[in-house]
Amino acid sequence: MQVDVYQHTFANGLTLLAERMEHVRSAAFNFLVPAGCAFDPPDQLGMGSVLADLLTRGAGPRDSRQLTFDLDNLGLDRGEGVGLMHMHLWGATVARNLPAALEIYADILRRPHLPDEELSAVKALAYQDLRALEDEPRSKVFVVLRKHLYPTPLSNDRRGTAEGIANITSEAVRRHHHRWFQPDGAILSVAGNIEWQPLRDQVERLFGDWNGSADCTLNLGPQPPRRAHVAKDLEQTQITVAYPSVPIGHPDYYAALGAVHILSSPGGMSSRLFTEIREKRGLCYAVSAGHDMLKDRANVVVYAGTTNDRAQETLDVLLAELRRLQDGIEAEEVERIQAGIKSGLIMQQESTRARASFLASDWYYLGRVRSYQEIQSAIDGLSPALILDHVRRYPPRDFVIVTLGPKPLTG
Amino acid sequence: MPFHSHLLANGLQIIGETSPSARSAALGFFVRTGARDETPEESGVTHFLEHMVFKGTSRRTALDVNRDFDRIGADYNAFTSEENTVFHAAVLPEYLPQAVDILADILRPSLREDDFDMEKKVILEEIGMYEDQPMWSAYDHAKRLYFAEHKLGNSILGTPESITALTRDQMYAYFQRRYVAPNIIVAAAGNFEWPRFVDLIEKHCGPWQKGAVGREGVSETRGSGRFEVLTRDKVMQEHVFLISPGPPADSPLRYAADLLGMAIGDDSGSRLYWALIDPGLADSADCSFHEYEGTGAFYTSFSCQPEQAQEDLRIVMELLHDVQKNGIREEELNQARSKVLSRVVRGSERPKGRMMALGMNWIYQHGYRSVDDELRAFEAVTLADIRQVLERYPLDQVTTLALGPLAQLQAEEHG
Repeated sequence: MQVDVYQHTFANGLTLLAERMEHVRSAAFNFLVPAGCAFDPPDQLGMGSVLADLLTRGAGPRDSRQLTFDLDNLGLDRGEGVGLMHMHLWGATVARNLPAALEIYADILRRPHLPDEELSAVKALAYQDLRALEDEPRSKVFVVLRKHLYPTPLSNDRRGTAEGIANITSEAVRRHHHRWFQPDGAILSVAGNIEWQPLRDQVERLFGDWNGSADCTLNLGPQPPRRAHVAKDLEQTQITVAYPSVPIGHPDYYAALGAVHILSSPGGMSSRLFTEIREKRGLCYAVSAGHDMLKDRANVVVYAGTTNDRAQETLDVLLAELRRLQDGIEAEEVERIQAGIKSGLIMQQESTRARASFLASDWYYLGRVRSYQEIQSAIDGLSPALILDHVRRYPPRDFVIVTLGPKPLTG
Repeated sequence: MPFHSHLLANGLQIIGETSPSARSAALGFFVRTGARDETPEESGVTHFLEHMVFKGTSRRTALDVNRDFDRIGADYNAFTSEENTVFHAAVLPEYLPQAVDILADILRPSLREDDFDMEKKVILEEIGMYEDQPMWSAYDHAKRLYFAEHKLGNSILGTPESITALTRDQMYAYFQRRYVAPNIIVAAAGNFEWPRFVDLIEKHCGPWQKGAVGREGVSETRGSGRFEVLTRDKVMQEHVFLISPGPPADSPLRYAADLLGMAIGDDSGSRLYWALIDPGLADSADCSFHEYEGTGAFYTSFSCQPEQAQEDLRIVMELLHDVQKNGIREEELNQARSKVLSRVVRGSERPKGRMMALGMNWIYQHGYRSVDDELRAFEAVTLADIRQVLERYPLDQVTTLALGPLAQLQAEEHG
């Protein structure tokens, strides 16, 4: 499959990535700025989210209403997300409206008003976001899991803390924006029915005279305790289990991904956890495993939500399944995950948003964009022996176990 | 993109839109049956049956079904609504024959007693999961309060009691009644060859039984107009739903209704956004138009801190009264339209999205609608159409449900 990917890093450090997709009428973009919640000031946790909300409340010549109105009129579906390392500003619309949208985003990134008078409303929203988390047990347990999986500030959550939000001032927001919204380290990826040269020229014009860099070193705190239970009166107990894996770029990466898919393949239902926990025992509706990755570390993260009186049994079966990985892997299982990954890769070509996000993510983690052929050949190369070797090098053990529900579990 | 259709002798309808440049092919079996087609004793059976369809046939065990789908790398699933049960899969073009083989096979499930008992536990887990999500709980209660005796108020999941009491034979009887060939539409979109696809469907589904189709209790409703507060101490935020009447799915006013809902409550730049989210008075606010056979409804909702709920309710009612009285402005209509047009274009780029639209349009619009037909219909909406929606379906004639820590909340009278 031939894919046209273009890349250019401007003199100021901003990297532009683009993929031309002739068979679609839309285009999507994704800005990554190193302003994730790991960089929130320790006494102002929640800063990234507050800044993200304020960014679109007026920028350049437009006030808040005009900005929203103009973006809506471009048919732009958009969002501002605060991840651990980056703030993501994404948008998608019909391809002919992309240049006009990028013009406005240059203002949003470089010339936001960050209006003083809107800060209290934005902080009120941030408080409510924290409260709303209490009504979403599944999201809540993942937030607590991070606190026990990673040292600070890698354990930060985008929602911050009530105390942190209270400490945020307009002046501090401006400082934070100035410090982290820098071209060196920022990535802009675009995918869709676009032309490379005009895009590159436009981005050069909009961002070429932007200068500066951000120092992204983090001072890590001590490793937190590996067990936690949060008591809450719920119908179901929320269970998360995590253990160490390897990140992309590591020689074991594809084998590690294979091992996770054997436990739980995205969208697939014949993988081990679904089969053993849901299909054979009816213990859960939702059970899954994923690969949680930072640049220098990764974990396998497993989730299950189950009725309280069957929670201990669920955890027991789940841990047994994780340990059983080392006992052997069947060729049939590997063939199935290969088919799933292959078709997922090809179908990704039908979504401009998925491709824009893939380009940016590869650039951040690897400093290059992997071709379809490269990934395909690595996936084709997977075998039971290869995955088993990896699992034995990185055995499921030293579990971090975090639960949310009426009663603690033992495991 | 050429459209094709073919009716099998037993009444099963096949439709498809081929697009040779697509990377995948998507197909769906749309069974026109949902929670509204259940008797009170069968509450939850449609959704439970959807699960049981994946539990195997005379040719496949439950594990075989999952393995066969995964072997071809299918992106597959199913969902149950008030009116439809849809089984779908997207695959690389070369695997379409296998995908048809699996889907057509599982649509004639064995409904084995031991599988039934095991899956019952999973359904009860699913009910428990939603019970812990107050927003979803509020939605479900609000729908029931609005539709009252109307069968659209039937719960999709059922209750722990109804599911526990349900027997395999009741499910089998429901299956026999509703999964008949004339009640099923097979839709496909993307990269596939039409004649070959028809042959495959004919081969697998040709022998399926005929039977009577249709549903009882199709009528317009304006809702109960009731106001109810459900107190839940362990919930943090107050979750409020206001439901008002709207046009049915086959009404020409559906496009205007969609745009109206978006102008009032889309997540960016809408009336509700400026009234509640922008000033930080609620953590979520939404209005959208839902269409059904015979009737429709606008669902307006918000969630906020409990002490803010009374004031937010007043703001929302004032907003709905204002729209009812003065309509929306031309620029708001155009803004909503730009967003919808872009979403229609993008949604149709993936065979999966296009297949869903084809199937739903066939069911509700009684025929084929191309992407351009849809775009033109949205282009054509005028403020006069919006006015007509409001006149026929008063937006401020609401049924209200609040769920959260509050013990009471006052209904806001028309002032």
